[in-house]
Amino acid sequence: MSEPVPPGFTPTDAERDELRRHGILLTSLEELCDWGRSRSVWPLQFGLACCAIEMIAASMARFDIARFGSEVFRASPRQADLLIVSGTVTKKMAPSVVRLWNQMPDPKYCIAMGACAISGGPFKQGYNVLKGIDRYIPVDIYIPGCPPRPEALLHGLMQLQEKIRGQDITATAGPGGAPGSDCPVPAFGGHDLVPPQNETLWHPPALVRREDA
Amino acid sequence: MNSHPLAFLALFAAVAAAFPLALLAVARVWFRFIQPRRPDAIKNASYECGIAPTGDSWIQFKAHYYLYAILFLIFDVEVLFLLPFAVAFTALPAGALVAMLVFIFLLAEGLVWAWHRGHLEWK
Repeated sequence: MSEPVPPGFTPTDAERDELRRHGILLTSLEELCDWGRSRSVWPLQFGLACCAIEMIAASMARFDIARFGSEVFRASPRQADLLIVSGTVTKKMAPSVVRLWNQMPDPKYCIAMGACAISGGPFKQGYNVLKGIDRYIPVDIYIPGCPPRPEALLHGLMQLQEKIRGQDITATAGPGGAPGSDCPVPAFGGHDLVPPQNETLWHPPALVRREDA
Repeated sequence: MNSHPLAFLALFAAVAAAFPLALLAVARVWFRFIQPRRPDAIKNASYECGIAPTGDSWIQFKAHYYLYAILFLIFDVEVLFLLPFAVAFTALPAGALVAMLVFIFLLAEGLVWAWHRGHLEWK
């Protein structure tokens, strides 16, 4: 009646929808795994500053992060998948944040929530605030705002779920899966944190002068 | 076939054992073939809220603390019963007051005993 399926056949999304309408679900182990993973992202119960208040609001009844399967804020990094860096990372706090990240098992994800976590925000010129957590750990999603509203956090979470859905089954954090667990924990130096950044993740932007300027 | 009326419990027990074992087996397979496994010194260190851990995680807790918890219960239970008693005090007969005094006496007696034995001193 119909032709046999050729080997190596991968159906398009339209073909899958057509099959699903007839009650046939096509999937792979990887897809199934990503589907489960993206809908059960457990964040670490870890708040840093005012963004944490918005994060708490997102987990409460009005915004209800449980709709996205992320209501299980874990008190231990051993059980957490997601580190929400919610607020100002002072240089005093940075080693703790990096250590917590290192203690989380792969696959793990990081959301930089708010201007401070992204770049130091209003405290960028300050002597004691880290100018962005992405200098030390790989960040998956940046959520701008000061602080971002809970809806923004939820949108960031949805973006993260989108990212997880296209991921390799054995994916580890970081560019190319290289540095996930091995982010060096900075130490307190004489003037600044040592090292001032994770060399594999971040380099100071190079100033390029245009000739015609 | 005439089986024992409680024979179905054996089936329940078998399912109750097989279900968690199956889950554990799946977890084991996952751990063996799929889980990205990259242990290092920091990841394996004991968890102390992100602070560098000091010393061993195998420390002894003082058993004395247990006595404090028990003694705290005296006050805890006292408050628990005294509060509703105080709220309804004016509507209660004299017998209730006597009953309450006996109740307080029984609890206070335990406290006095512990005090006398020197359990209130942290050693």
